[in-house]
Amino acid sequence: MATDGRSGGQAVERSSAGEATAGPPVRPPAVIGKALRKVDAVAKVTGRTRFADDLSLPRMLYCRLLRSPHPHAEIARVDVSRALVADGVRAVITGRDLPIPFGILPVSQDEHALCPDRVRFVGDPVAAVAATSEEAATAALDLVAVDYRVLPAIASPAEAVATPEPRIHDYGDDGNLHKLIDLEFGTVDEGFAQADAVREDLFFFGGNTHLPMEQHAALAEWSPDGKLTIWSSTQTPHYLHRALAKVLELPPARIRVVATPNGGGFGGKSDPFNHEIVVAKLAMMTGRPVKITLTREEVFYCHRGRHPTLMWVRTGVKRDGAITAMHFKSLLDGGGYGSYGVASTYYTGALQTVTYQVPRYRFQGARAFTNKPPCGPKRGHGTPQPRFALEVQIDKLAEQLGLDPAEMRLRHLQPPNGVTANWLRIGSMGLGPCIERVVAGSDWKSRFRQLPEGRGLGLACSSYISGAGLPIYWNNMPHSGVQLKCDRGGGVTVFCGSTEIGQGSDSVLAYIVAEVLGLDPFDVTVVTADTDLTPVDLGSYSSRVTLMTGNAALQAAERAREVITAAVARKLQLPTPRIVFAAGRVFDTQAPDAGMSFAEAVQLAEAAGGTVGTVGSYTPPRSPGRYRGAGVGPSPAYSYSACVAEVTVDPATGIVAVPKVWIAHDIGRSINAAAVMGQVEGSIYMGLGEALMEEMVHRDHERRLVHKWPSLLEYKSPTTLEMCDVVTYLVEDPDPNGPFGAKEVGQGPLLPVMPAVANAVYDAVGVRVDEVPITPEKVLRALKRKAKGEDPRVGPAGFPDIRWPEPTRVPTPWEGGDGKALGQTTKSETTTAKVRPERQH
Amino acid sequence: MTDPKAVIALTVNGEPVEVAFAPHKTLLEVLREDLGLTGTKHGCELGECGTCAVLVDGKPVLSCLVLGLTCAGRQVRTVEGMVRDGQLHPLQAAFADLGAAQCGYCTPGFLLTAEALLATDPAPTRERIKEALAGNLCRCTGYLKIYEAVELAAARMRGEDAEPAPETLYGN
Repeated sequence: MATDGRSGGQAVERSSAGEATAGPPVRPPAVIGKALRKVDAVAKVTGRTRFADDLSLPRMLYCRLLRSPHPHAEIARVDVSRALVADGVRAVITGRDLPIPFGILPVSQDEHALCPDRVRFVGDPVAAVAATSEEAATAALDLVAVDYRVLPAIASPAEAVATPEPRIHDYGDDGNLHKLIDLEFGTVDEGFAQADAVREDLFFFGGNTHLPMEQHAALAEWSPDGKLTIWSSTQTPHYLHRALAKVLELPPARIRVVATPNGGGFGGKSDPFNHEIVVAKLAMMTGRPVKITLTREEVFYCHRGRHPTLMWVRTGVKRDGAITAMHFKSLLDGGGYGSYGVASTYYTGALQTVTYQVPRYRFQGARAFTNKPPCGPKRGHGTPQPRFALEVQIDKLAEQLGLDPAEMRLRHLQPPNGVTANWLRIGSMGLGPCIERVVAGSDWKSRFRQLPEGRGLGLACSSYISGAGLPIYWNNMPHSGVQLKCDRGGGVTVFCGSTEIGQGSDSVLAYIVAEVLGLDPFDVTVVTADTDLTPVDLGSYSSRVTLMTGNAALQAAERAREVITAAVARKLQLPTPRIVFAAGRVFDTQAPDAGMSFAEAVQLAEAAGGTVGTVGSYTPPRSPGRYRGAGVGPSPAYSYSACVAEVTVDPATGIVAVPKVWIAHDIGRSINAAAVMGQVEGSIYMGLGEALMEEMVHRDHERRLVHKWPSLLEYKSPTTLEMCDVVTYLVEDPDPNGPFGAKEVGQGPLLPVMPAVANAVYDAVGVRVDEVPITPEKVLRALKRKAKGEDPRVGPAGFPDIRWPEPTRVPTPWEGGDGKALGQTTKSETTTAKVRPERQH
Repeated sequence: MTDPKAVIALTVNGEPVEVAFAPHKTLLEVLREDLGLTGTKHGCELGECGTCAVLVDGKPVLSCLVLGLTCAGRQVRTVEGMVRDGQLHPLQAAFADLGAAQCGYCTPGFLLTAEALLATDPAPTRERIKEALAGNLCRCTGYLKIYEAVELAAARMRGEDAEPAPETLYGN
């Protein structure tokens, strides 16, 4: 990358040939692609990693939250007087103390740290106590008196459609529908007219939750000099920083947010949360550190998990399986607040076009408010649901057309380096090799449709973004920043705002810097996720970190290399292209003995130009889409996955077991192969849970809408006894936008698991369960229908009538479109977020 | 809160300690809050997840379900006790080498449960490992790297010069 003046280096010497673009000598990678230990592995296996709940400070108080027992009610009165005088209690606060709303998206600032006048789900917090012990705080909750006026509760999106009044929120597109989207790319009716076959199918994807092993925890400290510090298990310290500044009305410069290593996130720690703001406020009021650790039950109330989603898909195909048009409708159950929901809704319609060619495409999406814990981003954010629908429907289409489902997909792949109907720019695209690998590995051609009754194979594919093309708050600043400091002793420290949630983001920074500077990654110190110390990275979400922080780290390291190279080249009286960094040394590539240690090289550079520190940053390329809503879906690079699942189905019990899964993932390029393997296997595991057992269920008795299973025991997730064998293939098709070609892996491989299992169940016993989780009782119900000669299917029966807005019509690239909607005259709004002037922050 | 504190003597990670605590506290709370051993995690407070597993007299127990008082005179082993003379235990090394710890929150519980398994069965089958670890939940790894790490550590503890299979680290 280009040099800049800020690094303090002299003009870089050119090679004798005078080639301005000559880079350093190419050597085989020493770090990239290797299966190294993660930089934090030893801390984690020795119990030395300090999670938020492991922190304590002198004179620390403990906080507990009083939560609503009603799904929907007005708060008539809150009396804290008895609680305030209870033993050990130092402060009690209510919604009046924190009146300013917040929320992750600028368009959905609909949450309060404590509900001021209305509760919207069982578990919505109303009051908070800080006391000298957790026991005292808990006991004091019983002394807070709250009078509620109970309101009618809305249990489902269908009810929300049918019940526009009273509204759960006083904003949103229509009654209790939070968001309505209608986008048409090309004219789908033309495509359906050209089709040899048209299928309509309905699918339902049940809601499930992240279930990180670590409950959310936060510790806040207030200093009398007016500085607030909070340590929290958050995936998004930058957005927490913003929310705290807004709600507490403090200058951001006086707030320090430190994201502690997350004990699992999966999207569940990506919103700013009530409890984080509450402990900050209580610390300011009491002048003492205040800590909260949520109970497991409360984690289920925080939720932000997978939106339960009803889907209707109409797809037209030619006899050879070529898609002529697709019309997709989704209805999301949003729960009580906005959260990421507007983005989630767009995501249920965004990525249908990136795997197989879809020349004409229409998407209608709606998100309903209901009186349940708010849904948000869970691993795959809004895309596992439509991917399930799409991949199961393709399986049905293939059967209808008499085609092999693997072959049908291979014939109609979205080509690389293209633009889709909805204006997503695709770079590298390795889905073809992925399909070929799992087909070969699973012996698909001789086993699909040929296994004995009760055993089956199913195939599905998917794609996911490597980071979102636009930030949540639209601005022109980088999405990720890195500062790099080279020490005279030869150590290097990387500062970056990224958040380690177990995915290995700290290690990626160290590996990339070590690769460029020829160091051992364990000589690189990584300082992350501290708003006082580290430049902004937007957070660990949307699979953005490896690509974005990786590119920022790469730029900073290359700039440091240039600075050091210049000094060494002068000393050795060599042209700069002959200077190479490897094995902790800097030397002449043509005479390796002529050189010095990296530490000596840093000393030379420091003597020549002062402290050796560089910066790097990353901003994604601009997407060609210009229509309103084009902000969700673009990414610098798309990963691809193909999966074959083998299942057994017990016809007596309906129990589906998955003995084995073959998965191929187009990673672009592995930065650390072992870490990539871990993400793939973990995705298969989580997908298996979603396919077979995980489900947020609420008791609807007398409209109470109480969470049925807010515990780890009863919310079923796979143990070692349910986990399948996995055969993993890593397909490396480097993407020019990724650091060393790397793309994402944290979320994509989850997506094909659920449809692959559903398709395998059909192969095994000839029944379609068009919804997840595929529980034994649904399988049994379908088998009974089959035995009676009825349609052997279990799934949703209809899609509610929704008053859709006028569709936004966008000509496709092959219709000569320019990325804008018809009639769009003003400068485009390319994001769902409201464009607003940036302040300092 | 105003209860008189109990005082017990026990052995923690090979060292005798005396500790005073409110008598209703669980072993998990005593370890984390009164002995400062925060390596042991809590995940559910109800005995559902295995993150709080420690060894008492060599057997894995869920420390959130054990009263601290019942541990008087007993041998308790936590993750902090696994490093010896500055060297990782073979299980810890194998977990680090294979990426069997991702977020690391469940890791201490898995390590101690696996250590107890290997003490009774130095060459466990894959099925035996799955059974032994069935009470520990991990949301990150899908367990496969954990099985492979236990197998690798077991082999190394038997004195074999074992290395991870290439497909474990790099795929097929």
